Formats: sequence, structure tokens, C-alpha cells
Amino acid sequence: MNTHEILEQLKIVIVGHVDHGKSTFIGRLFYDTDTLPDGKYEQLVDIAKKRGVPFEFANLMDSLQAERDQNITVDTAQIWFRTKKRQYVIIDAPGHKEFLKNMITGAASADAAFLLIAANEGVQEQSRRHGYLLSLLGIKQVVVLVNKMDLVDYSADVFNTIEAEYRAFLKQIGVEPITFIPIAAREGLNVAHKSKQTDWYTGKTVLDMLDDFSLPVAPDNLPLRLPLQDVYRFDHRRILAGRVESGTVKVGDKLVFAPGHKTSVVKTIERWNSPSTDKAVAGESIGITLTEQIFVERGDVAMHEGTSSYATTQFEAKLFWMGRLPLSIGKKYKIKLTSQEFEGEVLAIHKVIDASNLSTSTSKLEIAKNDVAEVTIKTRVPVALDTYDRIVETGRFVIVDQREVAGGGIITGAPAASIASAENKPSNLTYNKSTITYEDRIQRNSHKGAVVWLTGLSGAGKSAVANEVEKELFIRGMHISVLDGDNLRFGLCSNLGFSPEDRSENIRRTAQAAKLLAETGFICLVSLISPYRSDRARAREIMTEASIDFIEVYVSTPLAECEKRDPKKLYQKARAGELKDFTGISAPYEVPEKPDLDIPSDQLSIKECAARVIDFVLARVEIDAQTDVSI
Amino acid sequence: MHEHLVELENQSIYIIREAFHKFENLAMLWSIGKDSTVLLWLARKAFFGHVPFPLVHIDTSYKIPSMIEYRDRVAREWNLTMVVGQNKKALESGNTFPAGKATRVECCGALKKDGLKALLEEKNYNGVIVGVRRDEEPTRAKERYFSPRDKNMEWNVEDQPPELWDQFNTDFAPGAHIRVHPLLHWTELNIWEYIERENMPIIDLYFANEKGERYRSIGCAPCTFPIKSKASNVREIIEELKTCKTSERSGRAQDKESEDAFEKLRRDGYM
Repeated sequence: MNTHEILEQLKIVIVGHVDHGKSTFIGRLFYDTDTLPDGKYEQLVDIAKKRGVPFEFANLMDSLQAERDQNITVDTAQIWFRTKKRQYVIIDAPGHKEFLKNMITGAASADAAFLLIAANEGVQEQSRRHGYLLSLLGIKQVVVLVNKMDLVDYSADVFNTIEAEYRAFLKQIGVEPITFIPIAAREGLNVAHKSKQTDWYTGKTVLDMLDDFSLPVAPDNLPLRLPLQDVYRFDHRRILAGRVESGTVKVGDKLVFAPGHKTSVVKTIERWNSPSTDKAVAGESIGITLTEQIFVERGDVAMHEGTSSYATTQFEAKLFWMGRLPLSIGKKYKIKLTSQEFEGEVLAIHKVIDASNLSTSTSKLEIAKNDVAEVTIKTRVPVALDTYDRIVETGRFVIVDQREVAGGGIITGAPAASIASAENKPSNLTYNKSTITYEDRIQRNSHKGAVVWLTGLSGAGKSAVANEVEKELFIRGMHISVLDGDNLRFGLCSNLGFSPEDRSENIRRTAQAAKLLAETGFICLVSLISPYRSDRARAREIMTEASIDFIEVYVSTPLAECEKRDPKKLYQKARAGELKDFTGISAPYEVPEKPDLDIPSDQLSIKECAARVIDFVLARVEIDAQTDVSI
Repeated sequence: MHEHLVELENQSIYIIREAFHKFENLAMLWSIGKDSTVLLWLARKAFFGHVPFPLVHIDTSYKIPSMIEYRDRVAREWNLTMVVGQNKKALESGNTFPAGKATRVECCGALKKDGLKALLEEKNYNGVIVGVRRDEEPTRAKERYFSPRDKNMEWNVEDQPPELWDQFNTDFAPGAHIRVHPLLHWTELNIWEYIERENMPIIDLYFANEKGERYRSIGCAPCTFPIKSKASNVREIIEELKTCKTSERSGRAQDKESEDAFEKLRRDGYM
């Protein structure tokens, strides 16, 4: 063992058709790099001798992996070893077709791959399928090991034929292997040492090849993508936490958050028990704070202006399917892309490819287990994404079915001008009164209905906050509407004045209208001075009777500030005696005793006020995750 | 950025944050040992000095006494919410190895596995963060970062869901829970290198005493034995490990009762 510090680690997956010698090869690697526990080799040689069977390096692997019952690798297992240069993790992936999902799990995290083909059997079904999947998983460093050369008399012809055939296959799928090496893992041929039996081979041994693999390059120089994992408020700081997937973020950077297109500036970069710096690079799990508190949340992706991603509800992808049930056109699935989680469906299957022979079919309506397909996917809400060839981390996704990751895909294209906007939303649905239940509606909407009642003085900012909240929630695909006090007085309440009785009736009508909307699944924002406690209590009662969540929000801008703002010059008129019964001047305002939320809009920007309301409302209208099994 | 420890740290923080987001009722197991103490440290990293979920310690009552002292002191200093579980029934009935009525493995099963199971049920945790590592022993090599356990806590190792591109399985059947393994990809050496780099506190049982003995892995006093060693600080432990070829759990007697003892325990829900 060497005593270098471990500064580098490279992950290698070993793939290939079943019984082409993966376990034997790994056992040999361990032996040749002096990685085995003391006495292990001798112990196994001894056991083999006693049983009168030849010693197998594969047994070494099996004994390390406790795969005593079966002689095939079932799940992917990972084992460490070192050369002088660096540490390696060997990922042993199963070669059986039934265990393809495990092969993919193992291979997805690899930096490089050894693909084994047995010389005596040649290129087989899983040799090709694994090659195809390596390319889909983005593993560009592939070395093909033609194993069991001892069984074909170390024949250069056999080796060359296999190389030509497999190289041609890889070329069709756009893979350029680094090299082909003839080996015999059992005897160690060309693993650690060259052998005269293959003196026609002039290339490197496997161990020399290993140290030639390059480490993945951190995508520091690509455009910034910082998907938010969460927003934390454990202390006075409001920290947006996430991992920089690509690019670099610095204090002072102006950030755009996709897909909503909100902007703010980085105030600090947060870490704990680490030297404080003013930048973070790709790969770092950090936190940031912003100069202006805007409403952003998990799933939003921070980027720099001018280098933004797509924000789209439709994209093209190449995907592989591992699900217990086939993937069907039109079925709603949960899709995860970075920290974004959304509902989507396959709109069209352009081509289904059998990865073991590259035959294609263009008329299928579903994608079976182990198949690969080219598809168009449509999502319910706009999603921030890149094409895979531009930025890997934001260019791939997984599909969940039956509560498990069932498929993975890479994004090959998206509409050119797909900037998120309210326009590319589906139009709101008209509900049928008779048979659709409230539960049906909340399942469809993915949120509950609610009434959010904003009360406060004239000029406090109720309507401005309501409009901002409405916009944000609409962009997110939620069913939302605003009942504005002033607007209602144009129609529904046009026969009412400002006496206590009329105000009371005004509030009753508004509450009833809000109730109807909430019952059909809407989040209904009511923006109304509603100065009397008793009236607001009645509104709450109406909702409670109908089992609708009522959220009272007090927009608590003080009178002096409202009067200073006086956007409609109403305070001026009231002071001059031109307006009777004006709340705060000539009529009372009864401050809420226990509002659900108190928003001091004199101390916060409209966006910040809206952010607080949204935070609060989202938590209240969320459908319990445990019951959400329909997607 | 290729420094391997940095990569490991960032990945673990990412996983811990994912778990915190996904599970309403999340807990972290803290055995007081080096791995779960590093895990705890990483949680403080992830949440900027805070630990926003309870730490669960399954107290078999046979732990080395200084472990409990250490636990209580750190819990106070770091402002941790501790939840201590114990299988009182098994202890009272004396069906334990130290009482002579059970094998070591049976004892582990009762005091640790069943103790944990009872606590999970009582507290209704649906996510449990655990500090196991792939390099510890063969069954752990096959673990996923997010690993489902059914309502009987059983692990279906032959048919695990795929896991790729840091998209974890967070949906599960009622009654099931998910084990989260942020340290899966760390090695024993990585753990010590990280303890050194962070200059973080660790219980002194790991350091050689005047008799020239130290613990390489800590657990219950009757089943955990120290190794001969002169390594009396973190640096010396790192140097020792670099030339060491015996297994980390060689001082843990319960692993050796039968060839597949540990594998069976893990399938049944052991950590």
C-alpha cells in the first residue's frame, strides 16, 4: 500500500454480458494491486485445493461480496482499491438482463467503464445493450476488454474480429472507445503485466490504462445553474440552500430565478465551519442570502442573466425505462429534474429502440422494461432545463412510477422561444356542477381551495399584495383568483354604500362569492378593508361551515403611512370632509386580534409581503404527500 | 475541485438536505461513534450550525460508560434534541448476551434492532438518517443512499429500486420508511481524514491508552474489543490505517458468530 493522501478518486464500472468474466477480472485487479485482506488469497487457494477444484478469482469477489448462494452479481456493489496515482472505486454491475436497473444504478455514477467481451463467445446481447446505456448515461471513457483470450489460443484474429464488430456497433451510437485490450483475467494476462503470449498486442496493460483515465472536469466554466433545495430560516438569516450544479456564483451577482424569472442580488455566500469566501463553484453545497427578499423556493434555478436555461412545458428526450409496468402515452407521471418535481406525460413516442440490436419501431404506444425511446414530454407547469449536451446536470431527469424511479432520460431539445409566461398555461377548466367532487378538484389542481382574506386600511397595500400573490401562484399553475373590494362595488355590490350595515352586507356577499370559488378548488384572495371584527368573524364562519380554509391576513401599514401614500387621494378628501364614513378618519378600523398572518407592508416591499403570504398559503393548501399516490 | 474529501462532504450535505426536505418526520441515528458523529457534524454544515431534527440513540444499557457521558455533554453543548430508545422488555426479561440467555447476534437483534423498531413506531419517523458506509462490510456495499424498508423494517436487497443522478426514492408505501445513508461512499480513512481536516471533537475511546490499546469501532462493552495500537491522536490513526489490512469491524464479536450473521441482521432492519 502506498501512503499518499487520497486526493483523487475515480469510479469505474465493470459491465458486459453475463459470464464474460467481470467478477474474475475484479478479483484479479485486487490481487494485482495488493488490496486483498491478509491471508485471503491463500485461504481460498487452500479451500479450492481441499475441494479438488481449480482456484477461481471470481470466488474471491464472491467471498468479499457474500454472493455465496448464487454465482451471479445481483445488485451493484462497490469496492475500493488504490494504485500509486489515486484511489479507485470499482462498481461491479450485474450482467443479467433482469438486473438492468441495477446495472444502470451502478453505471450512472461512474467516471469510466471497462466493458468485457469474452473472446470465445464474442459480442452478445448485453454487450451491446450495456454499450448503448453507457452512452445514454454520458460515460465517455470506455475501454473494451476482450477477456478469456486463453480460450481462443491468444489469437490476434479473434481479437481483431471482435474489435471490428464492436467498434462498428459503438460507432452507430456515437461512442468512441479509448481502446481494446486482450486479456485473460484468470491468468492475469495484460492486467498488471504484459505477456509474450500476446506479443502481437503493443498497447497498454489494464493497470496502466487505469491511471490514464481522466477525472471528470467540474463544470465551473459553464453557465451558472444553482437549483434551490430549500429555504431555511433557522435564525435571523433567510438562506437559500442548494448545490451549484454548474458555473460559479459570487457575492454581488445579479441572479435570475427560473422558471419564474424573478431577480435579486447575492448578498452573502453561507457555509458553516469553513473559511468565508465570496464565491462558490460547481459541486459545492452552499447557501446564499439575497439583498432583496423575493419569493423563491425549492425547484427554482438561479442563473445569470443572458445565460439562462429554457423554461418550457415541452421538451424532447431520449429515455430508458426500468419500470415494473410499461410507460404509457398520456399517463401522468411524477418527473424529477434537479430539485424540480412536476407532473408530466409522454405526448408522443417517436421511436422505440431495442438497445441490444438497434432495431427500431415507430408505432408503439408504450415503452417496455429495458427499452430505450425517443419521446416528446409535456409538463403541467413550466420547467427550467437545458439540453444534455449543453449542461449535463440540468439536462437529465428521472420518471417515477409505482413509487420508484422507473426511468431516466436526457433532454435532446426544447422549443427555441420557450420563455415561461402565463400565456403557455392551459386555459382554466369549466367545472361540471353535478358529479365532480371537491376531492376530484384538488387532485386535478394538486392543491386545496382556500380563502385568503386581506384586511387593512385603505392604501395599506392589500390589492398590490393580492395581485403579486395571484401572479406568482398563477405562474406556478395554481388555480387562483382575486376578489377586490373596489371591483366588487362596480357590479355585485353596486347598490351598497359605506354605512356599517352596507359594509356588513358587502362583506357577506364577498364572502359567499369567495366560498363558491374556493369550493370549486380555487385559492380565492379577497382584498377588502373589512374594518369590523364581527364581519370578518362572519366571513370566517361562512368558510368554516363549508369546510373551507380561511386565512386572515392583516396588512398592518399604520394610518400615518397610509395617509402619506394616499394613492387615490381619498384621505385628503376625507380630511376635507368630502367623504363620509371613511375608515381610519371618520369610521373605525378594528385591528384583528389574532390574524393568521401580520404583514407590516410599511417595512417590506410588495414582493416581500407577497413572499410571506405565498409561503404561508402554500403550506396550507398543500395536499398531504402521503395521500398523493395518483402521480 | 477534485479534492476527494470536498466532494464527499458536498455530496453528503446534499443528501442530508434532500432528506430534510422530503420527510416530515425525520430523525438521525447517533451511536456516539466516529461515523455518526461525522454525520452529525455534516448536518450542522448542511443547516448552518443547526440540527433541525432529533437525534436518536438506541441505548442497550451495555454501552461503554464514557459513551453516555460524551453523548450527554455534546447534546448540551450543541443544543441537540435527543431521543433515547431502549428495549426495556428484553432487558427486564434478561434475554441478552451479557445475562447469558442469548447469543451475541440475538442480543443485537433484540436490544438494537427491536429497540429501534419500537422507537420508529412510537415516534412515527418516516425517514431515518444512518451513518453506514459501503466499505464496512459486504451487505452495506450494496446499499442505496435512500433505501426503503417495509413496515416490518425488512430490506429487500435483491430487488432494490434504481437510484441515479442524485434523484432518490422518496415515495413509499404506508407504514414503510426510508433509511438515508449520506456517508455511504466514505471509507474509514476518509472519516478520519475529515475529522482531522475539520478539527472536530471525537470520543477519546478511539485513541490509544497507556496500555497501548484503542477502539477502532465502538459499541457495547461486552462485544467490542480494543485493538493493540500506539495511535494516540487523529494523525497517528490515519497513518496506522494506511498500512492496515485487517477489517474495521474485527473487534466486533457479533459479526463472527456465523458466516452470514450480519447479513441476516441487516435484512431484518439492523442499521
